[in-house]
Amino acid sequence: MTKIARFHWRPPFEWIAALRFLREGRTQSLLIIVGVGVGVAVIVFMSALLSGLQANLIKRTLSSQAHIVLLPPEEVARPQSGAQATSLNLQKQGQRLRSIDQWQPLRERLAAWPEVAAVSPVAAGPAFAVRGDATKAVTLLGIEPDLYNRVVSLADRLIAGQLRVGAGEVVIGSELARDLGAELGDKLRVTTAGGAGETLTVTGIFDLGNKGVNARNVYVGLRTGQTLLDLVGGVSSMDLALRDLDEAEQLAARIAAETGLVADSWIRTNAQFVTALTSQRVSSNVIRFFIGLSVAFGIASVLVVSVIQRSKEIGILRAMGATQAQMLRIFLLQGGIVGFLGSLLGSALAGAFLLLWQTLARNPDGTPMFVIGVEPGLVMIAAGGASLVGILAAMLPARRAARLDPVVAIRG
Amino acid sequence: MVDAVTEPVTAKPPVLQLAGVRKSYGSGETESEILHGIDLTLQPGEFAALIGPSGSGKSTLLNLIGLLDRPGSGRLSIAGEETTGLDDNNLTRLRGRSIGFVFQHHHLIPAFTALENVAMPLLVARGRPDDEMYERAGGLLDQVGLGERKQHLANRLSGGQQQRVAIARALCMQPQLVLADEPTGNLDTHSADDVFALLRQINRQAGTSFLIVTHDPRLAARCDRIIELVDGAIVSDHANAAS
Repeated sequence: MTKIARFHWRPPFEWIAALRFLREGRTQSLLIIVGVGVGVAVIVFMSALLSGLQANLIKRTLSSQAHIVLLPPEEVARPQSGAQATSLNLQKQGQRLRSIDQWQPLRERLAAWPEVAAVSPVAAGPAFAVRGDATKAVTLLGIEPDLYNRVVSLADRLIAGQLRVGAGEVVIGSELARDLGAELGDKLRVTTAGGAGETLTVTGIFDLGNKGVNARNVYVGLRTGQTLLDLVGGVSSMDLALRDLDEAEQLAARIAAETGLVADSWIRTNAQFVTALTSQRVSSNVIRFFIGLSVAFGIASVLVVSVIQRSKEIGILRAMGATQAQMLRIFLLQGGIVGFLGSLLGSALAGAFLLLWQTLARNPDGTPMFVIGVEPGLVMIAAGGASLVGILAAMLPARRAARLDPVVAIRG
Repeated sequence: MVDAVTEPVTAKPPVLQLAGVRKSYGSGETESEILHGIDLTLQPGEFAALIGPSGSGKSTLLNLIGLLDRPGSGRLSIAGEETTGLDDNNLTRLRGRSIGFVFQHHHLIPAFTALENVAMPLLVARGRPDDEMYERAGGLLDQVGLGERKQHLANRLSGGQQQRVAIARALCMQPQLVLADEPTGNLDTHSADDVFALLRQINRQAGTSFLIVTHDPRLAARCDRIIELVDGAIVSDHANAAS
């Protein structure tokens, strides 16, 4: 009897029976597990690809953008009191460049919010960059480089020089550098509409991956910016980086309500882009749902056949004292096990697909277009989901097995 | 309760008691009664044959006694327990505990080994395997002469061997009553004799009651009591002096 005592943990009867039945019907079990595996592989592959793609797109889009931009409230033309409203012809007022009231205490308050990763005050306005005969319209941004870098990772995107914007220093984009024929160490003159102007030395050239931004943005120190734009001591906007991108819209609304400022989230400023992402996600969910459904039907049909094939054995087990509940569990378990094993196979397949994808889909310079992998979380969700689908699919056949009349089953 | 009859505590109840059991199939116009009021009592340790032509209702009666089916009317008690009001779960439990089955077509489960098949009623009842049940099953296999075949899958055994495994399984729960439906029907004469001898031996050693359904007059002649069923009624029931 020593041979028998080799297992320490012994699974319950239902597990033993479920596993034996699956093992005995080897071909059938293998076929359906492969079927489930293919379905899971497509779902996992698609999910990983889509989330990789979307994360990459969002990253690219946001590399030159703040998650939330705070602006002073719009100026509204107000009729003088007592005037007849009907006789007035209100013209919408143009917006001057103004500073945010009390921006310093506000910055400290917002920086203390747990949802906010960084707050960067910016003095920004229109200007001209002049070098020799070339003149270009630009956006002048006065920044505190350390803070700004936490919102837009400018330092990482430099292609020459460094992010240094002290007095008399400027960092420009690659497009503008080409247009003006400027290189590191060259001088260029920046003038604003107000007539202020300063000659600055190029200390860094960036490429934010967006041609417009590369041609337009000109970074100087906050103080220089304030002086040139006639905003001494003030800032025209504050750029926020958040810990969770998806919270941008709610947080923007909250900030607007609390401060009276205009708060634009990246979700609103990129509304079309976000809509495109959302519809992409919805369509992939629809596809995933139908794949899940066909997997469930596959499992159910195999188990229905198995119940018919095994009706005699079901009858014997019932005669041996097995309860209806035990029979039910044996078949539910078979569904769950098939789903679980299929999900493991599917995750492995998806991992292989993704590796292949990454070797094939590459940027012109040979680096992977974007890095995606099968995350453990995704595998766990797939395993849990497929097991659940398996159990649900087994519901009908399992009930048939449980309700089988033992007399009929044994005779058949 | 006033005139309740108190029986002596020492008396074991009959393993089987049927009173006025009827069973019909179909309904309305097509309803036909298969069993017409069966009265039958089997005492502990009895070794009885149930004979009768095909269609006499033997199988139906056996299904009722085995608690695989319910009588249309009448009373049926197993080991002193009245079954009329029991639900499916309780019937299943009583069946597992008190009745062993030996079918004509041995009915082992091919996905399991001989040892596991024998231990199956215990496994089903306890829900989880343990050493004790495999030891008991192993002992029973030794007893039926298959000690060397314990780890063989059921479908790798010969017909006679499978039937002996089935007998060991029927005894696993130490039931008071074993129902055998043509236990030797599928076997050659030699194996049939072996199997019958085995049943007889268990009956003598353990005091287990047997009710054996058979077509074979030779087999019936070796039982202690012969019950004959014709057209759904017991036409004769007598002790067999020749056994």
